[in-house]
Amino acid sequence: MIYLDNAATTLKKPPGVARAMVKALESAGNPSRGAHEPSLAASRLVYDTRIKLAELLKTDDPARIAFTYNSTDSLNMAIKGTLKKGDHVITTETEHNSVLRPLYETEKAGVELTIIKADKKGLWDVGELEKAIKPNTRAAVINHSSNVTGNTVDLAKISEITKKHGILLIVDGSQSVGSFPVDVNAADIFCFTGHKGLMGPQGVGGIYVREGVDLSPLRTGGSGIHSRDKVHPQEMPDALEAGTLNVHGIAGLNAALDFILNTEDIYEKKANLADEFCRRICDIKGLTVYGDIYGKSRSAVISVNIEGLPSDILCDRLWTEYNICTRAGLHCAPLMHKALGTLEWGVVRFSFSYFNTSEEVKAAAKALGDLAREAAK
Amino acid sequence: MREKKLYAIFTFSRTVDAMAAEKICTEEKVPGRLIPLPTAISAQCGLAWRTEPEYRELCQSKILKYDSIYSLKM
Repeated sequence: MIYLDNAATTLKKPPGVARAMVKALESAGNPSRGAHEPSLAASRLVYDTRIKLAELLKTDDPARIAFTYNSTDSLNMAIKGTLKKGDHVITTETEHNSVLRPLYETEKAGVELTIIKADKKGLWDVGELEKAIKPNTRAAVINHSSNVTGNTVDLAKISEITKKHGILLIVDGSQSVGSFPVDVNAADIFCFTGHKGLMGPQGVGGIYVREGVDLSPLRTGGSGIHSRDKVHPQEMPDALEAGTLNVHGIAGLNAALDFILNTEDIYEKKANLADEFCRRICDIKGLTVYGDIYGKSRSAVISVNIEGLPSDILCDRLWTEYNICTRAGLHCAPLMHKALGTLEWGVVRFSFSYFNTSEEVKAAAKALGDLAREAAK
Repeated sequence: MREKKLYAIFTFSRTVDAMAAEKICTEEKVPGRLIPLPTAISAQCGLAWRTEPEYRELCQSKILKYDSIYSLKM
């Protein structure tokens, strides 16, 4: 089997991830809930993982990072915790439903929503962001790297605009973290997950919240501290970590971070595989590659269609005839597909991981070539 | 009956600060350990760093963020 659906979730995890999870299952107590060894061991594990995430994301203060379930959870916290009736928020057509659906909900609750259009390549003009800002604009919610095209925005440039106008920059880093170096200091709130580029287990994600940003928690409850207070702790990270954390998942993420932080070609290898795939398929007759494939900043995601083959059929034939796992359809990004002109048929997405090989890339490219030739007959 | 001893107790408003205190003190080989927040200080949950009185100042210089320091017989 060749697994090329790593933008959905990475299948092959670094050595040590499963072992760390089993060890935690057998030894970790409830973190922040006691001073006996199992509880302290869990608390140390959680703290150590925070430190490693802070190193990866280039922030000095690990306490600004809270653990969540995944990016969707983090984005819901960010969007619903900052916007209120009468606010204006700006986003783009490149967004995933994990941004769009919470925004549509806030729109129903009286938040004004502006969606910046993307062009046929799925790119949008940063100048449009500044033009869209109004006196009541509270935030911009921006996709760092598209889960459909892999194209990536310049966060520093966007941050200059949001800072200049005093609005919050909320970033969806689902596809960027683990794909290339990320500096969260450009963002006010940065949302990410642990199971994609970070190669950890599903069920653990995170949210970075810059000091001074006022974010009301979606969930309140047990915190292990200040138990007599009627109000949930307001300080990060406790403010966003009500209830028992997924320590077993965090243990897996910790091991994955060890691998990422100690592997020199962690970003380069994946990018090279995507480039090689692109080179091998770009001349196939009848095949369309979407997005700005020669763009400088991109993650290891390549989406294609073959003329005459709906994306679901192409994806299913890749699986049943070639044992290649890809993802068909709209990838939870309907507005992006509208911009690309693929709303009816969708596209087939190939997404690479550090653990893929050049041989797998060649096999996938050959399969596409064969299917395109057959479709053209 | 266990004889009570005097300790210096550092309290924290967040678990993350307690864990940071334990990490730095362990790395710097400063004696002490995390204990449940003594009810004599507050009837709340949480962790506190307990050390011998002679290490109070050393801990104070190493621990970046704490709420208060108490002298407590326990």
